[in-house]
Amino acid sequence: MTIATAGTSLYGLVAEYNEPEEILEAANRSRKAGYKAIDAYTPFPIEGLDEALGMEPTRLGWVVLIAGIIAGLGGFFMQWFANVEFYPLNIGGRPLNSWPNFIVITFECTVLISAFTAGLFMMGRNGLPRAYHPIFNTPNFESATRDRFFLCIEARDERFDLGATRSFLESTRPNAISEVEH
Amino acid sequence: MAVTSGKRTSVETQRVIGRGQSYGALDDVINDPVLAGPFKTPRWWWIGFAIAATFLAMYLVSIVWLVVKGTGVWGNNVPVGWGMPIINFVWWIGIGHAGTLISAALLLFRQPWRTSINRFAEAMTIFAVVCAAIYPILHLGRPWVFYWLVPYPNTFGLFPQFRSPLDWDLFAIFTYGSVSVLFWFIGLIPDLATLRDRSRSKFQRILYSTLCLGWNGSAKAWQRYQRAYLLIAALSFPLVLSVHSTIAMDFAVAQLPGWNNTVMPPYFVAGAVFAGFAMVLILAVPLRKAFGMERLITLRHLDNSAKLMLATGLIVVYGYIIEGFMAWYSGVEFERYMIFNRILGADHWWAFWLLIACNGVAIQPLWFRRVRQNPLALFIISVIVSVGMWLERFVIVSVTLTKDFLPSSWADYRSTFWDWSLYLGSFGLFATLFFLFIRLLPSIASTEIKGLAHHDRHYGSDAFEDIRLDFHGRNRKGAGP
Repeated sequence: MTIATAGTSLYGLVAEYNEPEEILEAANRSRKAGYKAIDAYTPFPIEGLDEALGMEPTRLGWVVLIAGIIAGLGGFFMQWFANVEFYPLNIGGRPLNSWPNFIVITFECTVLISAFTAGLFMMGRNGLPRAYHPIFNTPNFESATRDRFFLCIEARDERFDLGATRSFLESTRPNAISEVEH
Repeated sequence: MAVTSGKRTSVETQRVIGRGQSYGALDDVINDPVLAGPFKTPRWWWIGFAIAATFLAMYLVSIVWLVVKGTGVWGNNVPVGWGMPIINFVWWIGIGHAGTLISAALLLFRQPWRTSINRFAEAMTIFAVVCAAIYPILHLGRPWVFYWLVPYPNTFGLFPQFRSPLDWDLFAIFTYGSVSVLFWFIGLIPDLATLRDRSRSKFQRILYSTLCLGWNGSAKAWQRYQRAYLLIAALSFPLVLSVHSTIAMDFAVAQLPGWNNTVMPPYFVAGAVFAGFAMVLILAVPLRKAFGMERLITLRHLDNSAKLMLATGLIVVYGYIIEGFMAWYSGVEFERYMIFNRILGADHWWAFWLLIACNGVAIQPLWFRRVRQNPLALFIISVIVSVGMWLERFVIVSVTLTKDFLPSSWADYRSTFWDWSLYLGSFGLFATLFFLFIRLLPSIASTEIKGLAHHDRHYGSDAFEDIRLDFHGRNRKGAGP
């Protein structure tokens, strides 16, 4: 954690709204005003909010697909290796690579690894577990898990200017605006 | 309809979610019972927990006795090598299936009514899988070396037999258990963050802050979260079908008359969902009353669950018919005798007819809306179905084994005291976990329910709702404004 010094410690300006529609509109306007380092904090996911904030779609699906393919091939390989290469057993003259028997375990390996990839990728990219985040310094932020919706324009944004950004946020008619520090 | 149209003050509703509940109010209804201090725990909880813990103690004693004396304390013997431990295993794991089906399949089909029942149904799944998974491990005889089933580099230089359905079982159940826990936990993260922000004591603050991993609900986090949740649901759906199919193949791959049957996998899956929805109703009916959640777990949820129970129950009955038909159609003497012995055999005919009564006849009242919306009737039918599904497994697993090919090797199966103490004890394990769950974690997904309330406010929560109300309009005309 950096030591707070005047001017550099500001994390961003945070506006609080009552309704999902209000924050959706405010997010759209912020994007159109050219802000890039913006994020919204809401008690439940709001459809279209990520697009309104100009966010790219997540790559999670592709990562899971690749992990699943590797896990499926790996699961099959394990059984093929055990039965054909490592310890071949001739049972009634049946083929060593009796692949129909290997399908269930191949499938289970695929599901296991891809599900955990999805879960762990989501947590990892979201920075969980995380002990500290400056957004929690926002007054009344406990309500972000209850019934309030928060929009943050971060100070690192190129267009960020304390006075101008504040008056821009005021024009979106929030409940409150607060300066949040690191 | 008497309940809803008669008294306007009633809290019961036909909708997926009661009208006009604010986000904050939803939060309070769901989280207040969790956040109440230890001295405000309701008395019914303590009584229930004490009973559950007593049975859990019996369970632990039974396991210790089994490990000390060996599997001879059970009634398993030649020719019935698969007795109550396997019956109970199949019974418990079947119960879990409805939880996954509600949380994964209904999510993919965009059924809004899943939202209030998915969390506790998922918990039910996990606890049922725990109860189930312990049985085959104990059944190994030397449970302390159960890890020999896992492929790992070992000094024997051996791999497990990957061609055996018994090893498929290990993979299927392990995957099912761990993916269910993952799905449940990911679903809980935002709810745990809600509890963190509402916490009233230091203990709660530390507990929920740790468990929620620092969730802040940012839009980017939600975007990844939703994608991950959807993908895990999409993976869980085929997974849940595979689990009971694999268990069915433990039987179907054997060459025994009554087991060697291609109908087994789908028939087992239907039976599992059937038993699972029965358990969902057994839990939901008291839960909604106890926590005053009638406007979240509404008559609509009970109605829909009952419909699914009826539908899967009819598939199961179809399975019984096909089993009989295939035995006759095969022309195999042993197959025909197996069915004869099941239905009319001197020793166990009662089990077959009792299961037909429980699974086939007792569900017929569910054709009527009045029954589907009567919590007490649903509770009773669900208990009957649970008994019936246990009997079904008894007939398939044990009765089949008593009389196979050679009359000289026939013998009856007698369960012992320890068979029953382990079975009744497993209820203690299940109930203890469930009581702890409803006390420490929200039994309804508060985050998802807020999303549903938002959607409901703007678009309604169900495309068919207006049509339904019109269709049943005749019931509402006399009810006044």
